[in-house]
Amino acid sequence: MISRRALLKLGAAAGGAFVVGCAFGRTGGTVWREYKRTGTFQPNAWIRITPDDRVIFTLDRVEMGQGTTTSHAAMVAEELGVDPRVMEIEAAEASRDYDNPDKQIRIQITGGSTSTRGAWRPLREAGAVAREMLRAGAAWTWGVSIGDCRAVGDGSIAHAKSKRVLRYGALAGAAAAQDVPAVELKGPAQWAIIGRSIDRLDIRPKVDGRGVYGMDVQLPGMLTAVIVRPPAAGATLVRMDAASARARAGVVAVEACAGGVAVVARGYWEARTGADALAAEWTTPANAADTDDLRASYRRLLSRDAERVVRDDGDARAQPDTLDAFYELPYLAHATMEPQNATAWLHDGRCEVWAPTQAPGIARWRVADALGLDLEDVQIHTTLIGGGFGRRGLVDYCVDAADVARRVGGGRPVKVVFSREDDLARDWYRPMAMSRLRGSVAGGRVTGWRHHVVTQSILADEGGDFVGALLPNGAPRAVRRLASASAPRLFARGAMPDSTSIEGAVELPYAIPNLRVELTPVETPVPVGFWRSVGHSHNAFVTEGFLDELLHAAGKDAYLGRRELLAANARHLGVLDLAATKAGWTTSTPPPGVGRGIAVHASFESYCAMVIEASVDGARVRVRRAVVAFDCGRVVNPGLVAAQGESAVIFGLSAALKQQITHRAGRVQETNFGSYKALRMFECPIIETYTVASDAEPSGIGEPGVPPVAPALCGAIFAATGKRIRRLPVEAELAT
Amino acid sequence: MKLRVNGKPVEVDAEPDMPLLWVLRDRLGLTGTKFGCGVAQCGACTVHVDGAARRSCVLLVRDLADGAKVTTIEGLGSPGVLHAVQEAWLAENVPQCGYCQAGQIMSTVALLAANPSPDDDDIDSALSANLCRCGTYPRIRRAVHRAAGRLK
Repeated sequence: MISRRALLKLGAAAGGAFVVGCAFGRTGGTVWREYKRTGTFQPNAWIRITPDDRVIFTLDRVEMGQGTTTSHAAMVAEELGVDPRVMEIEAAEASRDYDNPDKQIRIQITGGSTSTRGAWRPLREAGAVAREMLRAGAAWTWGVSIGDCRAVGDGSIAHAKSKRVLRYGALAGAAAAQDVPAVELKGPAQWAIIGRSIDRLDIRPKVDGRGVYGMDVQLPGMLTAVIVRPPAAGATLVRMDAASARARAGVVAVEACAGGVAVVARGYWEARTGADALAAEWTTPANAADTDDLRASYRRLLSRDAERVVRDDGDARAQPDTLDAFYELPYLAHATMEPQNATAWLHDGRCEVWAPTQAPGIARWRVADALGLDLEDVQIHTTLIGGGFGRRGLVDYCVDAADVARRVGGGRPVKVVFSREDDLARDWYRPMAMSRLRGSVAGGRVTGWRHHVVTQSILADEGGDFVGALLPNGAPRAVRRLASASAPRLFARGAMPDSTSIEGAVELPYAIPNLRVELTPVETPVPVGFWRSVGHSHNAFVTEGFLDELLHAAGKDAYLGRRELLAANARHLGVLDLAATKAGWTTSTPPPGVGRGIAVHASFESYCAMVIEASVDGARVRVRRAVVAFDCGRVVNPGLVAAQGESAVIFGLSAALKQQITHRAGRVQETNFGSYKALRMFECPIIETYTVASDAEPSGIGEPGVPPVAPALCGAIFAATGKRIRRLPVEAELAT
Repeated sequence: MKLRVNGKPVEVDAEPDMPLLWVLRDRLGLTGTKFGCGVAQCGACTVHVDGAARRSCVLLVRDLADGAKVTTIEGLGSPGVLHAVQEAWLAENVPQCGYCQAGQIMSTVALLAANPSPDDDDIDSALSANLCRCGTYPRIRRAVHRAAGRLK
């Protein structure tokens, strides 16, 4: 085989322009060595090109329906010069190469609506580097100037003067021999893929039944486990009688495990019926959660001084209270359509896990820690994901599978499957939140705003997962464990800031001269976690709802009054005007009995305004129409943005109208979709999504549509009925 | 017992109280039919039994007629060619996470067999038992109309 040095000399002699560069820690030497080892051209962690012309893209932000497969393939393909429909797209395994580039979560996780904005530069650069190396390889091969070698856009390089064309596959070796160049990215005028609604690339296996979700993983000799959980958080096993469970046909083991008692069987049905037959006695925890008690204690805290002041403009406390109101939102479950599950296989001193997870980086260290393995001895394979919404940033199901596989697998793979009941009872819930709002109106203007939030720190529950994953892979196990174990207390005490409690409240964009935002954090036995739009999901309902009240008191229109207060915030104003215009806010009247509400909220660096039209009949709310306006910077794929507009409205309406998780003596009362309801087809409004034209850097779209839904809905209900909704869910509130 | 699954005769080794869902998934390896709730509240497990849409998570083996014809998402269309409803799902870019879509598609195929020209109310009646958490209902509605147009 010809040496790389020889190739480079030949290339240089042929006039190839080799810019010495470095991208993503790789040099020409490492790319060449990788080529010699694998026979494929791998210029970086995302792209592989094989000699038989396969172009493989490794997707490192998981696809859970939000569209990363399509948006991210578009970013790579645009610069690489291939048709994204012919790229093979595979899910990244756990590797530090795939840490989220977002500065706040530099671990391998998909969340926080970071995927598009984080990939915008690196993935286009990855594509461009590969393209330039392919061009240089072609120039050397033909002995021509690289300037005359053009990437056609269909996976080939052409030399116009000699009418010669080579496919990328044929250039794999020559490209791998080149140095990794510095690159310039295409400008918007040159884009052929970015900015267009290319069809989703992930959906064929989702309509023909071939897609493999975590639930669908099948391995030779695999067993299925159901874990009988303690009925309340904090309860422990006193004793069990496993005889009748073991007697069930197909059950192979019944054994106490970290999560409760594992019933392991040939398949799910055998494990489930075995679990149903298990007789287990549990302790009653002293501090079992009770929703009524928690509500009363939050209310007491709101009548006292707050623990922390997080923003203080002017002198809000000196203003007279025109209005004084309490707002309240319940705990919420994620209720992904695919219940939590994972499959673990311990073999040869290693553990492989197949899981629908948003956080391979957390799963890897948590599983390694649970099994006493090094990180390198654990591999996480991400499957298709049946909905995430933040739930799958937790990795409890991976740890469960590894733990049960270790105890009873005997070298066989074990799949742990949650029932829907398990899934609702064992979630990390969107925190319950209660707020007291006091506002002043003087001379037709909003002059004072005091917002006191009482809620639970999410990072006090989940911060340990993140801290453990942030440490380098080689960190000693004891260090990782100690750092992770100390994190929750630091977050709970405020020694490390947890912005999730106050996000959406502290950055209130309205021009109100006296403005004070306060927080009193609480600790409860209820586990809490990230739920699509996180703190914004509760704070936007409160801030936008109370602003409606103040504008009404000031005699202002909900839209025009917001406009006045947002004069200095162009992007807020842009989406607000767009939504109002498209909805005909000032130019049309809704039909009799129908009210219109409007809300605007910025989150995750994107902006969203929404107009909702609804009517009310007793405790039933009929939502007719939702008009969504986004400003998410440059749009990579308008079709995906529209889909996320629809998704946010339906997800947000489900929560606002119907959903709450309640605890009695530590037990979650909602058990399945009969008691934890979600919007159904007949309740779905007409949804229109529009975007503000922008040349700002792209920002996220998975979450920012959710926060405005509840306040716009409640504004519509007020307009239709004169009733202010200050507590969610709406249907329960209207029924009282 | 004997069943005819996607046109092929199969002999199934399962206890009488086992739901058809787990026969399909765990015994026959047909994982396209999904487990979502286990109590017929979400529709993710919808299959056709002798032509009718049924919730396979609550349909027990003992309640199936010997030789019952079962069609799952894997059995729609013909080998290599998607059913018109599946094609409409692609054309409207319906799926997001996709987990509920096999059930949505099976319910739609049964609807269109019974009513080739459904209006929006007919679609609401036929599909409101199929839950979607990602919020694909508007696209499902468009896809049903599109498929109905194609099948006429």
